[in-house]
Amino acid sequence: MSKTLFDKIWEKHVITGEIGEAQLIYVDLHLVHEVTSPQPFDGLRSTNRRVRRPDLTFATMDHNVPTKDIFNVQDQMSRLQMDTLVKNSKEFDIPLASIGDDKQGIVHVVGPERGLTQPAKVIVCGDSHTATHGAFGAIAFGIGTSEVEHVLATQTIWQVKPKTMGIKVTGELPKNTYAKDIIMGIIAKYGVSFGVGYAIEFYGETIEKLSMEARMTMCNMSIEAGSKTGMVQPDQTTFDYIEGREQAPKDFEAAKKYWSQFYTDNESDFDETLTFDVSNLKPMVTWGTNPGMATPVDQSLPEIKDDNDANAYEYIGLHPNMKPVDINLDYIFIGSCTNSRYEDLEIAANMMKGHHLAPNVTAWVVPGSRAIRNRAIKTGIAKIFEDAGCEWREPGCSACLAMNPDKIPAGKHVASTSNRNFIGRQGAGSRTHLASPAMVAAAGIAGHFVDITTDEFV
Amino acid sequence: MEAFVRETGRAVVIPNDNINTDIILPKQFLKNILKTGFGKDLFFDWRYNADGSLNEAFELNKPAHQGASILITGNDFGSGSSREHAVWALTDYGFRAVIGGGFSDIFYMNSTKNGLLPIVLPEENRKILRDVQADENIQIDLPEQTVTYKNYTFHFDINSQWKEKFINGEDDIDNTMKYEKLIAAFEKQRPNFG
Repeated sequence: MSKTLFDKIWEKHVITGEIGEAQLIYVDLHLVHEVTSPQPFDGLRSTNRRVRRPDLTFATMDHNVPTKDIFNVQDQMSRLQMDTLVKNSKEFDIPLASIGDDKQGIVHVVGPERGLTQPAKVIVCGDSHTATHGAFGAIAFGIGTSEVEHVLATQTIWQVKPKTMGIKVTGELPKNTYAKDIIMGIIAKYGVSFGVGYAIEFYGETIEKLSMEARMTMCNMSIEAGSKTGMVQPDQTTFDYIEGREQAPKDFEAAKKYWSQFYTDNESDFDETLTFDVSNLKPMVTWGTNPGMATPVDQSLPEIKDDNDANAYEYIGLHPNMKPVDINLDYIFIGSCTNSRYEDLEIAANMMKGHHLAPNVTAWVVPGSRAIRNRAIKTGIAKIFEDAGCEWREPGCSACLAMNPDKIPAGKHVASTSNRNFIGRQGAGSRTHLASPAMVAAAGIAGHFVDITTDEFV
Repeated sequence: MEAFVRETGRAVVIPNDNINTDIILPKQFLKNILKTGFGKDLFFDWRYNADGSLNEAFELNKPAHQGASILITGNDFGSGSSREHAVWALTDYGFRAVIGGGFSDIFYMNSTKNGLLPIVLPEENRKILRDVQADENIQIDLPEQTVTYKNYTFHFDINSQWKEKFINGEDDIDNTMKYEKLIAAFEKQRPNFG
C-alpha cells in the first residue's frame, strides 16, 4: 500500500492502539532543557520511578542562559532552574551539556550537531520548536511537561495520529531569498493555524536543493503554521550532514540503507496538499503580532481588516500603507533555533562585511551552540560582526524569548531572525519584526529594512 | 489528575482569536520549578497595568466575573509555545473548561493531562454563548458531550479515550505501565546501527 513518509515512520513506532484512537508510540530521542524538566523529575521522585532510557535522553541548557557572561547567572530563579537540571541529570544518569560545556547550546541546534538527530526517529522535547528535527526525516514534535514525565518514565507517548499535509515548493529561489522567506511566505499566504491537526511534509525541487540548515529553518517554523510536526524526506544531503558526527551510527552504511526506505510514495497519499512557488519570492518581514502578519519587503503594509489587525497595529506602532523600509530599527537580533546555525551566521556576516551598524542600532549576534561559536571565531566570522559593531555573544536562546537578561526594551523595534513576533515575546512592549539573517544584517547596517534583492545587493 | 464529569458554572468571555500561550502565561513565570501558583499571573499583560495595578476593564478583573469556571474564547486558542504552565495557570485560577473555535494540538494534549476540558464549538454556537451574563450559568455534561445555556444545548466531539481519562481522572503513567511487556518487546526489535 502506498504511504507517506510520516505514515511509514509512525507505523514503525506503534506499540499498541488503533489508528483513530490514541496509540502508544516509542520515542527514540528525548531532548531535555532546564525550563520544562523540573516538575517531571520531581514527579518521578515522588512516585519512586526511574528514567527508563537515560541512553536515549540528552539534556542541555538554553532558555535561561545569560549570553553576555554565561557563568554569571544573576536571576535567582534562572539559577535555581539550571542548578535543578544539574542535580536531576546527575540523579537520573542523563548526559548533560551544561553551560561552558563544548556541547552546550540551543537544544534544537545541538541535537543535529551531535548527530543525535537522525532519519526515521521519533524525537520529542518539552519545547514547541522540536519540529526543527523533522528536517532529517524524523517525526519530531514538542510536548508538554506531563508528557515529558511520561516519556522519562516509559520512553513512550500516547498520541492520536495526525492527518498529513504535503506542501510542494517549486521554482528557483531568487538571489538573497532564503528558507526563512519561504516558510514566512507560506504562513503569510495560508495563515497561522492551517497546520493544526496535520503533520506537514515539505517537498519538491526547491526543498531538495536546500541545505540541512535551511530545511531546519523551514521545519522549525511549522509550529507557527499550527503544525507541531514539519518534515523533509531524508536524502544524500541528510546523510552527508550526519556522517562523521559524534553520535552518528557506527555502521553508517547499514543505517543509510535503512533510512532510504523512508519517503512518500505518492503525492496522493497526503490527506491535504498545498503548493507554493518561490520563483518571484521577495524577502519577507512581519509587521504585526503573529507570524502570519507578514509582507514582502517591497509591498505596503496591509489595510486593517478586523480587530486583530487593529490591535496589532496599535501595539507595533505602525500603520497601513507604510512600507518595511519605513520601520526605523533600534535593535537587531541574529540567533534562535530558527536561524543561529553556522550557515545563517555566514550569510549575515557576508552582508555586514566592510560595513558598520547604523547609529543607534544595537546588535546581538548569538550563535546556537558552543561549537558554532568556536568555528565562527576560527573562520573570522565573529570578527566581521565585531568590526561592524555587533555584540558577539555566548550560545543560548537569548532575545528570542527573553527569559534571560537579553530583553528588547518597551517600544523599541527589533529586526529578528527568530520565530515569534508575539506581544511581549522579546521583552515587555518590544516590537518584533521577523526576517531572514541576510535581511536582518542588512537592516542593521541601514537602520531600517532594505530590499536585498535589488541590484545594490546582488 | 482531577476528574471532570459535569460542571455547572459561571462563564467569562475573552473572544479574541489566536490567544497564544505567551499571552496566557508570559515567559517570566516559567522559572518556577513547581506546578502551582500560576493563577495570579494568568493573562498577566492584559490583567495588570504597567504599574502592577489591576486593569479593571479586563473581563477577568470585573467583580461580577469572580469565581467563573468556564472560559469562552475564539479560534486557535493556546498556539505557540508548548508550555504546560499555561494550562496550570488556567486551572490554578479556577477554570475547569475552555470553549473555543479550535485549540493548538500541544495545548489540547496538555489540557487532557490536567483535567481542563477543551471544548470545540462552531462560531454559530459560540455567538450565542458570548451573550452569557455574569449571573447566568452554563452546564457542561461530558458523558453526554453537551454544553447547555438557557434553552440551547450544543453537542461537542471528543476522542473516546480522552473522554474516559477525564471522567476517571486517570494517571497516564500508571496506565502505560500496564503495557510494560509490549514496550520491552518493542525495544528488543528496534533497529540499532551502533
